[in-house]
Amino acid sequence: MLSDKDRIFTNLYGFESPFLDAAKKRGDWNGTKDIMAKGQDAIIEEMKESGLRGRGGAGFPTGLKWSFMPKQSDGRPSYLVVNADEGEPGTCKDREIMRHDPHKLIEGCLIAGFAMRAVAAYIYIRGEFVHEAKVLEQAIEEAREAGLLGKNACKSGYDFDVFVHRGAGAYICGEETALIESLEGKKGQPRLKPPFPANVGVFGCPTTVNNVESIAVVPEILRRGGAWFAGLGRENNTGTKLFCISGHVNKPCNVEEEMGIPLKELIEKHAGGVRGGWDNLLAVIPGGSSVHLIPKSVCDDVLMDFDSLRAEGTGLGTAAVIVMDKSTDIVRAITRLSAFYKHESCGQCTPCREGTGWMWRVMERLATGEAEIEEIDMLLEVTKQIEGHTICALGDAAAWPIQGLMRHFRPEVERRILEYKKTHAA
Amino acid sequence: MSMNVKKAEKFEFTKENLEWTKTQFAKYPENRKESCVMPFLHRAQEQNNGWVSVAVMEYIADMLDMPYIRVHEVATFYSMYNLKPVGKHVIEVCTTTPCWLRGSDDVVRACKEELGIGFGETTEDGEYTLLEVECAGACVNAPVIAYKEEYYEDLNEDTTRAFIKEIKAGKIPKPGPQNGRFKSCPIGGPTTLKDMAPADAEFGGGE
Repeated sequence: MLSDKDRIFTNLYGFESPFLDAAKKRGDWNGTKDIMAKGQDAIIEEMKESGLRGRGGAGFPTGLKWSFMPKQSDGRPSYLVVNADEGEPGTCKDREIMRHDPHKLIEGCLIAGFAMRAVAAYIYIRGEFVHEAKVLEQAIEEAREAGLLGKNACKSGYDFDVFVHRGAGAYICGEETALIESLEGKKGQPRLKPPFPANVGVFGCPTTVNNVESIAVVPEILRRGGAWFAGLGRENNTGTKLFCISGHVNKPCNVEEEMGIPLKELIEKHAGGVRGGWDNLLAVIPGGSSVHLIPKSVCDDVLMDFDSLRAEGTGLGTAAVIVMDKSTDIVRAITRLSAFYKHESCGQCTPCREGTGWMWRVMERLATGEAEIEEIDMLLEVTKQIEGHTICALGDAAAWPIQGLMRHFRPEVERRILEYKKTHAA
Repeated sequence: MSMNVKKAEKFEFTKENLEWTKTQFAKYPENRKESCVMPFLHRAQEQNNGWVSVAVMEYIADMLDMPYIRVHEVATFYSMYNLKPVGKHVIEVCTTTPCWLRGSDDVVRACKEELGIGFGETTEDGEYTLLEVECAGACVNAPVIAYKEEYYEDLNEDTTRAFIKEIKAGKIPKPGPQNGRFKSCPIGGPTTLKDMAPADAEFGGGE
């Protein structure tokens, strides 16, 4: 188990005040100026050495992403945009950072923004997080008053500011180009790429979009060194990670653990175990609603990191572990996710707009058994027609839970259909 | 335009809110004031008893030099903008899978029975509106209700009924977990960061 001294989010649970005095005592804003004095290139190199991969779901190397930003301006300013539109079912880690440890995020914005030569950061926070936005804005204000942000931030000679922009209840705005559209005052409909945000992002300017957790860990990595972070976890899957454990466990919770912790250990050590014991486990969705579920047989010894979960045909995603015990109506659980994606499709691409509704309606019938066996393959075929055929990944995200269900629980779906036929035989 | 968007007579920001708009304009580049459309809609909705009328949209469009249709698009795209009048008390219940696994069906039933209305409905006296929402993003504290800018967490049927009775009695219930636990820390006490825990912290769980 990770020891407390290697934990970054020491105020994860809000045991102490989120504000500046307490944050400084926890080590935030310590030597920020010295870190910046190392220069942009050195900071990006150190981030690459840490092995940090984006914490928003895709797992793209953070240092590498920053290096795509222009080193010389062509006259346009550059921006850092922080994706705080947390809404992937199962995920509730960025909320904890913003309401309990906001200064880690704000300091991270300054350092990351400096490293990518940005003039400002916009933190796009989901609209429902009203309390969290208030704490964050108050923390930004006190950082400004203390000279940590604004002109000559932290006496570094660099001017930088951070702004909060509230969303208004659209899951799709967690997609980076939809988020950029939304920030510009439009409907949150994803853009075609290229051009990539590093060339044309918000306001037509070079932009990097990073997840809250990715930015909030930056100051601590640079204070302790990339090698420290890289020494935790496994190769290519380094560092610590916030895990959200929800569903049928005795003690649902958030916890910071080492990357690569066995799923079983994570659940038993921190979440009080599966309700009714490990053998009562049916399946786990290991990385937020968009990844394939895994049955107990895989859960028994899988490790919680990008590559281990990928090898099992699923993903780490946001590291939101949704646990389902044997009492779960697994078809109904996935059907509810299909309803979610149908509700959240932005309507721009036909395969997703029409397909999410189509999939949900078939899933509703499969949940009751009022369907034909052939419809299972037809449904799978439709998921393939949607997957990869849309501008953004929401179509994929809607397809994968269903594919995961059929891969591991097809006999249950078939059993229902046969049972329905038996009980409804004329 | 949807049928239920009623045209209100007139809308104008209060003096206080007009003053506040300056702080929003200052956030974005000078030639990018359309970025203010979302914050303005939020603030206008607050001022306009919880909903965004056509008059609100047109007022904001004029302020931001945007075509009306662009503001209509934004107001109709995002689910937090209410396009018809709502009750004084808007109760939003999350029913997405993580909440559902932890018993959101019971929470929904308790809400419907206590309020006598279904999802998307407002009580006849205009006091209460019940809404179903997608993932609230507090899944380790499921099931969750959002009310008056706060989350009420770790609910069950009984605590939901108690929550609604308190609102009906004119009180604002204490936000956060309703089962005695400390925020998103495991019930009964933390497994990590134990040294940071305040001596008088309550962790629930009856231990």
